[in-house]
Amino acid sequence: MADRIKEHPILGVPEKGKLVKFMFDGHEMEGCEGEPIAAALKAAGVNVHRYTKKEQKPRGIFCAIGRCTDCVMVVDGEPNVRTCITPLKAGMDVKTQYGVSEKPFEEQ
Amino acid sequence: MKRYDLIIVGAGPSGLSAAIEAAKRGLKVVVFDENEKPGGQLFKQIHKFFGSREHRAKVRGFVIGRQLLEEADKAGVKVVLNATVIGLYQDKEVVVKTGDGVCHYKGDAIIIATGAAENMVTFPGWTLPGVIGAGAAQTMINMHGVLPGKRVLMLGSGNVGLVVSFQLMQCGCEVAALVDAAPRVGGYGVHAAKVARTGVPFYLSHTIVKAEGEEYVTGVTIAEIDKNFRFIEGTEKHFDVDTICLAVGLSPMSQLLKMAGCKMEDNPARGGQVPVCDEHGRTSLEGVFVAGDVSGIEEASSAMIEGCMAGIAAAEYLGYIEKEELEKEMVSLDVALDGLRQGMFAPKNRGKAIARTEEGIEISESLLQNGYVADDEIARFPGVMHKAGVHPVMECTQNIPCNPCQDACPRGCISIGENITSLPLVVDGAECINCGMCVASCSGQAIFLVDEDCGDGTATVTIPYEFLPLPETGTKGAALGRNGKKVCEAEVLGVKASKAFDKTNLLTMRVPKEYAMKARFFQTEQKGAGA
Amino acid sequence: MNTVNDRARDIGPFVPAADDDMLICRCEEITKGEIRKAVHEGMWTMTEIRRYLRTGMGLCQGQTCSRLVKGIVARELGISPAELEPATSRVPMRPIEMHIFANEKKEGETDE
Repeated sequence: MADRIKEHPILGVPEKGKLVKFMFDGHEMEGCEGEPIAAALKAAGVNVHRYTKKEQKPRGIFCAIGRCTDCVMVVDGEPNVRTCITPLKAGMDVKTQYGVSEKPFEEQ
Repeated sequence: MKRYDLIIVGAGPSGLSAAIEAAKRGLKVVVFDENEKPGGQLFKQIHKFFGSREHRAKVRGFVIGRQLLEEADKAGVKVVLNATVIGLYQDKEVVVKTGDGVCHYKGDAIIIATGAAENMVTFPGWTLPGVIGAGAAQTMINMHGVLPGKRVLMLGSGNVGLVVSFQLMQCGCEVAALVDAAPRVGGYGVHAAKVARTGVPFYLSHTIVKAEGEEYVTGVTIAEIDKNFRFIEGTEKHFDVDTICLAVGLSPMSQLLKMAGCKMEDNPARGGQVPVCDEHGRTSLEGVFVAGDVSGIEEASSAMIEGCMAGIAAAEYLGYIEKEELEKEMVSLDVALDGLRQGMFAPKNRGKAIARTEEGIEISESLLQNGYVADDEIARFPGVMHKAGVHPVMECTQNIPCNPCQDACPRGCISIGENITSLPLVVDGAECINCGMCVASCSGQAIFLVDEDCGDGTATVTIPYEFLPLPETGTKGAALGRNGKKVCEAEVLGVKASKAFDKTNLLTMRVPKEYAMKARFFQTEQKGAGA
Repeated sequence: MNTVNDRARDIGPFVPAADDDMLICRCEEITKGEIRKAVHEGMWTMTEIRRYLRTGMGLCQGQTCSRLVKGIVARELGISPAELEPATSRVPMRPIEMHIFANEKKEGETDE
């Protein structure tokens, strides 16, 4: 769905970190080291970051600057991590957050 | 507890400007910013700024950001990043979160330059992934190089909505429509015009009925609204989009000031809850100053001047400079700030319907309703005139504080005069040498070089072109009018790029001569701006 | 006391509206109807609404919804949002984990 900018008319070729592997819900994915986890997920076509506690509705990136907390996920076992401002590292374990858990609602 | 002469919260345009001015005068300054990178929103601003030379006009925002960081570094300012100020207490004590702990600092003076947060609107589906703030779109494309989606609907026709729409197109997104509940375009006409001429339709007096999709946005329905903001039945329009961008204004992030006990007011003209302060940023708490959007929503250029003011005022408050120096410095800063607060979009004119320019010319209604000046309106503006040979055509139709075009022409063809908001005009007798500096220097991309009659039934039109890929010489395509609709066939005669143009390429196209004053954008055969 | 808080004032009954199920507070998932109803249940200040419904008390600390909530409450009370005192601002201004909040570092330890 989304894509990376290869060359920008004003900014030129984006300066990105080296490609690293990370896990998303058990699947191996690639992203650029140091970019926000949310950017790596977006480039890989992942849009839903979590499902809300009360109504179990999907949420994703909303403000992209760490204010709205809509993009939180379970990262390396820790819930409520703002993925739009948390830099991607090799080997990170990123999981969709259900309420405040990595377990889908039916397993909670 | 660690002590500083001056603690500044926020390393955006105003905070950095304040830090530089204070540090230059001998203060020990620290700037805390919660973000990973300094510069606030400056590094996301890739368009050329308005104003005059003293306001760093025609320089792109991210370049200004780099300049400020260099100056701050040279002046000995300490900028601490990933440092969230979580509290401001009486006696000018701040609590800062860094890493896995918090630390207290004491400032003899404090400048709060925390900026603003985006406002939001609600509609069914507004929580769906794919509905994002315009700031988020800008962050993703200009900071991280990732597209938020392929096809976007923008809600909000203020400068943020217009500028971000253009930026989305610059990196290859399609903007399906620009929508605003207001009956008139809110931002600069030149920003609207550069979006409209690429073919983006404007829907004023419209708003979002609902965002569609189960897991992610797959479409959106908009409809026209009446004077009471009620939907008019039968006016619904659907767009298949994967992203909806919201650009519906900003609110000052003034909570720290309220917490510290500053006298606050709710001032709609300033964007909401703001501290009561004097013209140089002094709040009701002695030694606590404010600068930038936190004290009233404006833009980065004025934020930088306000920052300088607050930095100098803090230096005087702590006795690093005499009152005479303060007063002397403030005179020129007052003039610079006043210069930016002139014209149709000045804070004092907010909400007013302006019918005529300062020159007494009736303003373009089409520009306000559709985003472009209509063909039968354009001739009445002073920058639009006919002449033999190549000459500039300046489609600058609103009084905004901006004058780089005047300095750009080496032959003195363009005049704005003393008043920075005046519309530019072509100087009689001065000869255009077709260098293109005016086209590239116009922050609003509103200047074109036109040779109305090449003698063979054709005309040439040179347009500013900030898209990729650059069409090759000889490429045939369509010339689009100001309204973004095809007016005639066109052939690219060449694209000029030069360091002096600063990434604004000059595309020259040949069109039949009857379209010389109509053709304002070039599109290759495929659909999509710049494609 | 400020006149907008004069509880003797009649603000009329709660009238259900079509958009009552519109989510306003994204974090705590509070709807427009819940907020409107709370006003009619006697919550006339932003602070009361916050404590009663938890609007603006979630992860984002009201960054997104406070302006929206204020508008809804003001409308229900028949006043302008500017007349409504915003909710109290207090530490911490941003969400923070307790173990970090409690980990007070000595001066200079964090940044040089």
